Amino acid sequence: MIVYLVRRVGQSLLAVMAMAVLVFIGVFFIGNPVDVLVNPEASQAQIAATVERLGLDRPLYEQFGIFVWNALQGDLGTSFVYGRPALEIILDRLPATMELALVALALSVGIGIPLGVWAGLRPNSIAGRTIMGGSILGFSLPNFWQGMLLILVFAVLLGWLPAGGRGETTEFLGMQVSFLTWDGLSHLILPAINLALFKMSLIIRLARANTREVCMQDYVKFARAKGLSPRRVVLVHVLKNIMIPVVTIIGLELGSMVAFAIVTETVFAWPGMGKLLIDSINLLDRPVIVAYLMLTVLIIVAINLLVDVIYSAIDPRIRLSEMKG
Amino acid sequence: MSALLDVRDLQTHFFTRDGVAKAVDGVSFSLERGQILGLVGESGSGKSVTGFSILGLVDPPGRVAGGQVVFDGDDLIAGGEGMMRTLRGKRIAMIFQDPMMTLNPVLRIDTQMVETVRAHDKVSKSAALARARNALVQVGISSPDERLKSYPHQFSGGMRQRVAIAIALLHKPDLIIADEPTTALDVTIQAQILSEVQKLCAQSGTALIWITHDLAVVSGLADRLAVMYAGRIIEAGPTAAIIANPRHPYTRGLIDSVPQGKRHGAMLTQIKGMTPSLLNLPQGCKFAPRCPRADAACQVEPALTPAGPDRQVRCHHPHADHEATP
Repeated sequence: MIVYLVRRVGQSLLAVMAMAVLVFIGVFFIGNPVDVLVNPEASQAQIAATVERLGLDRPLYEQFGIFVWNALQGDLGTSFVYGRPALEIILDRLPATMELALVALALSVGIGIPLGVWAGLRPNSIAGRTIMGGSILGFSLPNFWQGMLLILVFAVLLGWLPAGGRGETTEFLGMQVSFLTWDGLSHLILPAINLALFKMSLIIRLARANTREVCMQDYVKFARAKGLSPRRVVLVHVLKNIMIPVVTIIGLELGSMVAFAIVTETVFAWPGMGKLLIDSINLLDRPVIVAYLMLTVLIIVAINLLVDVIYSAIDPRIRLSEMKG
Repeated sequence: MSALLDVRDLQTHFFTRDGVAKAVDGVSFSLERGQILGLVGESGSGKSVTGFSILGLVDPPGRVAGGQVVFDGDDLIAGGEGMMRTLRGKRIAMIFQDPMMTLNPVLRIDTQMVETVRAHDKVSKSAALARARNALVQVGISSPDERLKSYPHQFSGGMRQRVAIAIALLHKPDLIIADEPTTALDVTIQAQILSEVQKLCAQSGTALIWITHDLAVVSGLADRLAVMYAGRIIEAGPTAAIIANPRHPYTRGLIDSVPQGKRHGAMLTQIKGMTPSLLNLPQGCKFAPRCPRADAACQVEPALTPAGPDRQVRCHHPHADHEATP
């Protein structure tokens, strides 16, 4: 197990390195930030001074070398726009995004798995068909449009919930969170639902397909032949087997939810990392873009590592083969 | 003493898009306590579905469409799912064909055994575990404590089938339905499992329905045979009598197609043709198109009629005793 973990961490580091190169080169080519940053009336000399101050006059490999050297010391550069360390700006916004993503994940898993299993157990019932129909809507309607509809219905027409912003926050484990106050929670509900809908649909379909497959297996019939209650057959024998693919998807999707909550955050003016990224791209604030992407890669890599560890906890066959390897 | 199990005119039909497949069509037989019945037939003859029907485990689109399954005086079909569940695993247990598939791959053996004990008896976990351990010892598994903590993939096929048999024995059932339990195993393991099951059933007075396509396996095991073809029983009676003097041409064909030492080097006899599709059965006798003795009379389906002491056959032209194969 330990050997396996070390090997996996090594692979993860390689992925991070490769990503660093790609991100840095990519950002280098998207445009010259100086054009956006300096006053249009600035003289040639002022522009040259700015370029020099930001270190943009050096060749690409030198800039990359400096970036890596600083990154190893925990410094991902200073924002051109805010004049503060890029990492610090992002970490300020991280709790908001994390909170949104985790609540959305809880919603999509907590609702998606039961609905999917239900639809899988009764594929031809009206409820089963309705769930499947709903899930098609869930992931074929564009995310931003779903968000706008949610605002239209619940914020504008009904006036039950606020349309945007984060509301009142309280400190929880050293982070500012919304879900502990009613005001914060009311701001959180709509964006969380918006972010969750797509993933929920995905989980419903995955859980349904797997439930149908597992139910045809002899071991489910054997479990029934042993006289177990239908409840135990579903909750233990079926559920444990469908969790393997579902955990994979949850892992992958959590990463992407944290990293790419951009659309939802923009629609609901949620002050998270995604909104920061959009703003930074508009301003060509290179250090923030690079730092954001690097952090995203780290998060996704870390989650994947975690998923692999959880796998071995739920699938004994994987556990054994890893010990041998 | 009344029979332990009395199956009367059982009908199990599968309602498919292409029509109704009568997988089991009017099967009747009965079984005394401690008796071993061999249910023999080719693939698709309805023998497995008969087994599942008794336990109420037929999956949609199939369902039991008629008949009675009287177990120890109670009609299981009329009793419904609730009654069925109190009996499953408790008084009627089942062993499946493929041991690789019958144990849940993600649950430890002890979990799968303890849950079976506790599904019917309100006992503590440690008491259930002790019973599980005893059952493993009973089926000849060494170091049971270690085995209990293993997962199915750590066992060989034969071992898994032993575990499945141990699970079936946990509640000392009155009846075990074994659906081709040795088909997926090596010949040597097959023989071990066979003699093991025979011994265990004799010890505990458990009745056994042994479903198989292999006459050779069942002839040394069963007290009685029921031969199925296209969802019907076509011949039934004491094993020795049927093996010595099969009445139905199909039974005779099955026996003749078993390799025998004295005919070494000769071609094996085979039954020509294939099992008919259940959706498109011939009129009259279902075996007639493949039968060497078929004639005009076979356009009318024969009834199951007495043929010698305690024997029945469904044929217009049954073989007489010691008649040579045509």
